[in-house]
Amino acid sequence: MSGPLLEIRDLSVSYRLGQLQARAVDGLSLTLERGERLGIVGESGSGKSTLALALMRLHKPPAMIESGEVKLGGTDILRLSKEELRRFRWSEISLIPQGAMNSLNPVLRVRQQMADTIRAHRRDLGGKQIRRRIDELLQRVGLDAKVAELYPHELSGGMKQRVCIALAIVLEPKLIIADEPTSALDVVVQRTVIETLKDVQAQIGAALIMIGHDMGLMAQSVDHLAVMYAGRLVDVAPIKAFFTRPLHPYSQMLISSLPSPDETKPLAGIPGMQPSLTDLPSGCAFNPRCPVAQPVCRELVPALLELEPRRRAACHVAAEAYHVV
Amino acid sequence: MTWSYLLKRLAMFVAVVLLAITVNFIVPRLAPGDPTAAVLEQLLSRGQQVEGSQDIVAAYRARFGLDEPILLQYGRYLLNTARFDLGSSISYFPQKVESAIVSALPWTIGLLAVATVISFGLGSLLGALIAWPGSPRFLKSLSPALMVLSAIPYYLLALIILYLLAIWTGWFPLGGAYSQIPQRFDPSTLWDLAYHAFLPALSIVLAGVGFWALGMRGAMINVLGEDYLTLAEAKGLPKGRIFFAYAVRNAMLPQVTSLAIALGTAASGSVLVEVAFNYPGIGYLLYNALRSSDYFLIQGVAFFLVLTVALSVLILDLIYPLLDPRIQRR
Repeated sequence: MSGPLLEIRDLSVSYRLGQLQARAVDGLSLTLERGERLGIVGESGSGKSTLALALMRLHKPPAMIESGEVKLGGTDILRLSKEELRRFRWSEISLIPQGAMNSLNPVLRVRQQMADTIRAHRRDLGGKQIRRRIDELLQRVGLDAKVAELYPHELSGGMKQRVCIALAIVLEPKLIIADEPTSALDVVVQRTVIETLKDVQAQIGAALIMIGHDMGLMAQSVDHLAVMYAGRLVDVAPIKAFFTRPLHPYSQMLISSLPSPDETKPLAGIPGMQPSLTDLPSGCAFNPRCPVAQPVCRELVPALLELEPRRRAACHVAAEAYHVV
Repeated sequence: MTWSYLLKRLAMFVAVVLLAITVNFIVPRLAPGDPTAAVLEQLLSRGQQVEGSQDIVAAYRARFGLDEPILLQYGRYLLNTARFDLGSSISYFPQKVESAIVSALPWTIGLLAVATVISFGLGSLLGALIAWPGSPRFLKSLSPALMVLSAIPYYLLALIILYLLAIWTGWFPLGGAYSQIPQRFDPSTLWDLAYHAFLPALSIVLAGVGFWALGMRGAMINVLGEDYLTLAEAKGLPKGRIFFAYAVRNAMLPQVTSLAIALGTAASGSVLVEVAFNYPGIGYLLYNALRSSDYFLIQGVAFFLVLTVALSVLILDLIYPLLDPRIQRR
């Protein structure tokens, strides 16, 4: 099959609370190639987790998908019936959830939680084959096969996250979504868990969307990086270009706020706060915090324009520099 | 399960029962006065002459061992209780207290325990379905009705049921547990027993179902917000599997704790249901004992109730690690 693996077109997801409406994902378009690793970063409340859940239609009311199209390998996920959706989930897209600590059912053994997933999708496999598959998967993520007989509370945080990774590849999906997969782990364990995730992802040839806000971790683990701000994509770039020559002022400030071992200058933060989704400023949502904001930024919402091959940014100032306005 | 865990739980059980029967022993003796003297005083105050009242009191004290040192009395009391010798009932004299309890016991277990378990099962299932987002709308509208049911006192409910289904329509018997004392177990006897047990059971089930449903609904809502439910859905599991193995299985845990306590207190808690339906169980026995100031019988029933609560908690302690692997069996 040709074309990109995942195509998100003009996706909008909003939370409705009485009269208030907060658009957590606002007209987002994105493509992902087979086997590609995409990082999505953004502040808390920028809509990245809402996006992750919406891609599997796991969002719960009051969140609802307003419009858009999410195509994976040609199938429009938003048009699947309930039963089609059930079969689609995990066999095509799997999820490594945010709270890995509470992602496993406390009253079932690891083996039972992996086996029920296989059984829900693969009627053709017998008990023995399922057993062997689980043992093999656990070893692949660096765990002993004996872990299968344990309950979640008997595992450490890193072990639980490894179990979640093993679970994510149990059906060899085309896409793995990892929603802040390491946020609850310490730095050393984070590293090894991410390495494991990258290894198994490469082995089965799945694409990976990794959501988080740890720029350093992203720099080591993804091919492309997308930055979300107030529900919109503002910057999409190959990881190397993103760090060497950021186009969006927000990206520039994100990078300069990273601590660097060579320099001793004080850490630069980004002054101000992300605006409330129910009360966005007119024009570019970032304009109140932007150091280079122009009058036009307060009037027009900048479009996400392709400024260089595979590089897109939503910024009037950057676009002007490329003479694409 | 380890032996030390079992021993610890058993020791706890013995300690609780020992403490309870000690309180049972001390409290009557803390009350001022003396039971025999009190009776005599009553007679005197009515203007009756009692010859040699001092001698009578002394004789009775000797007869019941009340003139002995308190520790000796306590020791003998413990020994008798351990042998299930609870003394003679006053109002059913010369029947022994323990035999009165034993003859009332099957009725209470048959009615209350079964009705409580049905109420628990039905209520928990209803509560789980009310909280479940995929269940039909009419189930959700049951919630206020259940709240009302749980607020009506069970004895009031019993009276309403009695009026509607026994007095007004005459479909069910007014009371009692049988038409004639059952001799053997054949289908018609069982039918007769069920026919008599239906109304009291119905009032217990209805009075309890709201409590169980509301508790389960709360627990379910908590569990539904857990990450492992999101993951279960993401895994593409069938709805039934998510409902039972992921949601209900976890939400049940606090309910089971309540069930053990409810079973233990069912006998005392539903005294008035047995009274309203003239049902010859422990509650009815206790009611009669209280009315006739049958101290030995009251003490005996109280001891028995403590025993059932402690026993059901002991059983819960032993099975709980099987339900929730996080509880350690040490």
